[in-house]
Amino acid sequence: MNPVNYLYLAALLFTIGASGVLIRRNAIVLFMCVELMLNASNLALVTFSRMHGNLDGQVIAFFTMVVAAAEVVVGLAIIVSIFRTRHSASVDDSNLMKL
Amino acid sequence: MNSLIPLLVAAPLAGAALLLLGGRYLDRLGHWLGTLAAALSFVLGVLLFSDMLGRPTGQRAVHQHLFSWIPVNGFRADVSFQLDQLSVTFVLLITGVGTLIHLYSVGYMAHDERRRRFFGYLNLFLAAMLLLVLADNYLLLYVGWEGVGLASYLLIGFWQHKPSAATAAKKAFIVNRVGDMGLSIAIMLMFTEFGSFAFGPVLGGARQASEGKLTAIALLLLLAACGKSAQVPLQSWLGDAMEGPTPVSALIHAATMVTAGVYLITRSGAIFNLAPDAQTAVVVVGTVTLLFGAIVGCAKDDIKKALAGSTMSQIGYMVLAAGLGPIGYAFAIMHLVTHGFFKAGLFLGAGSVMHGMDDEVNMRHYGGLRKYMPITFVTFGLGYLAIIGFPGLSGFFSKDKIIEAAFAKGGTEGWILGLCALVGAAVTAFYMTRVMLLTFFGEKRWQPSARTGEEPHPHESPATMTLPMILLAFGSVFAGGLFALNSSFLHWLEPVTGHSEGDSPLQPLTVTLLTTVCMLAGVGLAYLMYGRSPVPVTAPVGSPLTRAARRDLLQDDFNHAVLVRPGAGLTASLVYLDSKAVDGLVNGLAATIGGISGRLRRIQTGFARSYALSMFGGALLLAATTLLMRSV
Repeated sequence: MNPVNYLYLAALLFTIGASGVLIRRNAIVLFMCVELMLNASNLALVTFSRMHGNLDGQVIAFFTMVVAAAEVVVGLAIIVSIFRTRHSASVDDSNLMKL
Repeated sequence: MNSLIPLLVAAPLAGAALLLLGGRYLDRLGHWLGTLAAALSFVLGVLLFSDMLGRPTGQRAVHQHLFSWIPVNGFRADVSFQLDQLSVTFVLLITGVGTLIHLYSVGYMAHDERRRRFFGYLNLFLAAMLLLVLADNYLLLYVGWEGVGLASYLLIGFWQHKPSAATAAKKAFIVNRVGDMGLSIAIMLMFTEFGSFAFGPVLGGARQASEGKLTAIALLLLLAACGKSAQVPLQSWLGDAMEGPTPVSALIHAATMVTAGVYLITRSGAIFNLAPDAQTAVVVVGTVTLLFGAIVGCAKDDIKKALAGSTMSQIGYMVLAAGLGPIGYAFAIMHLVTHGFFKAGLFLGAGSVMHGMDDEVNMRHYGGLRKYMPITFVTFGLGYLAIIGFPGLSGFFSKDKIIEAAFAKGGTEGWILGLCALVGAAVTAFYMTRVMLLTFFGEKRWQPSARTGEEPHPHESPATMTLPMILLAFGSVFAGGLFALNSSFLHWLEPVTGHSEGDSPLQPLTVTLLTTVCMLAGVGLAYLMYGRSPVPVTAPVGSPLTRAARRDLLQDDFNHAVLVRPGAGLTASLVYLDSKAVDGLVNGLAATIGGISGRLRRIQTGFARSYALSMFGGALLLAATTLLMRSV
């Protein structure tokens, strides 16, 4: 199978994730969309690794997974604590960052 | 013996430090401590003087190096002293009269609750003045010069609760600054020309310098002398300085500090001798001031201001003599010393009269006081006879010599100067006789005091006040004769100042006779005007000249119109420029940036998703640009 098809799939997944981040308000869903984008880029990295015949892309994909796992831990903890204090998981409710 | 020289300055300086920092614990004894410091300095002065007398003429000047103040490569400022015939004369005058006036102040300031501070300031003045005359370089002299200015400021404004005293102090300080600026620029010029500040290299090297440079330095020194010695055109502060306590007027504004200008000119004689144009300027300043002060003195009803006019006039004589060069230096200093005695005595007498008359200063409210204050009357009277130049008393010898020297200048110039000095002598006799008649003779014109509402009960002052007056009266009577005997004073100063006879068109005896005739004419005129008929209690309107003289010959009006008003206008326009143009520019810039920032702030909505959108947008833009660049 032509590896370029994997790239198309990766682009599609990335687009779905990105539009999810922009459109959805629920922080959990947003988070899942971010994960989707990360995995889309992982897929692209692995594909490139295959196409170029070296292992760099795969190594970076591992790194990404590790970082993503750490990010999930921290991010979920933040979301839970925001939910506890504000009784809402909507990101638009947390708009205290403006001046 | 030479190591005692720094102690001369250190004794009053230590006294000042102790009194000003010692706090209330010293309130009860402070005045005696201050007097003791002054007396100690006097004793040291006498010791050094007798030591100097014991040495031959060539070895009398001594130097004492204390420490290097600023030792930098190519620039050397030393704290070192020079004691020669000229400075020892000043030391004896300053510490001698100073001690007497300290003693007088013990009585005069007895009821003042800030007496300790007063004595602290007096000691500070003594230290600064001694530093001024003992310095062996111009930079150290400048330190003393500024020090006496500071002490004068503090003491004129000693009764700072009176707005007039506070204003007078500021006026004295500001007018003096003009002169001080002259001195500082002169010192800088000396350094560029001679590479040193010390008297030795500067005065010794004057012969090699160009006449233009020397004239510039000499004129700047003259400016400094004008400020400190209240000479035209910087004379306006002295009359107002009489707001200070009377002992201050006697010590600082009559006997010592105001003569610092004469000292400066005499000390810098080597420069002036080589700059004839500057010498002419000195002579003109002296002559104008001696007439100016005398005319002002005639019109004043305030006893201290009349004496202040007289001080100005007498210092005019000294400056005139100093401007004559080697013909006059020694006589300038001789008149300075005798003037120190009799003018200090006159001021102390005036203070004693005020003490007895509830601080009344208007002579039209005195009259007939000779019966009530016999000691004051006699001492003041002797001072009076001395200042008008009554034959045999101090002023006679010293003033007569100056008038002779003025004629000896030679040519038309000599005649003009001599005649002006003679007129000055006549006017001096007139106004001093007026003061004498208004105060001690005639009928009583006493007015109820503004403070208590009662008629004053004049009484003789306590012994601490009369003793200094008596001693100063001795000086007023005998000092001149002693100095003139075998020209001893002249020979004493000759190694420092040099001397030449000049060529007088008149015999000395003729000049003496002329002076005496002028003096008698002045006394006679004053007697006709004030001695024979009762003196009105309120001043008559008087002629335009009298009215102008009462206002110090319009000196303040002149300064106000020529200097103060344009200065204030310039300041106002600069303030306008600053607040409108400079502030407008800066504030406008700030407001513009603030406005732009306020608009830009709206971009920050706080919605995480809109931030994400802009991130995506940016990332897309970057990716698109990269691709576009590649394809091109």
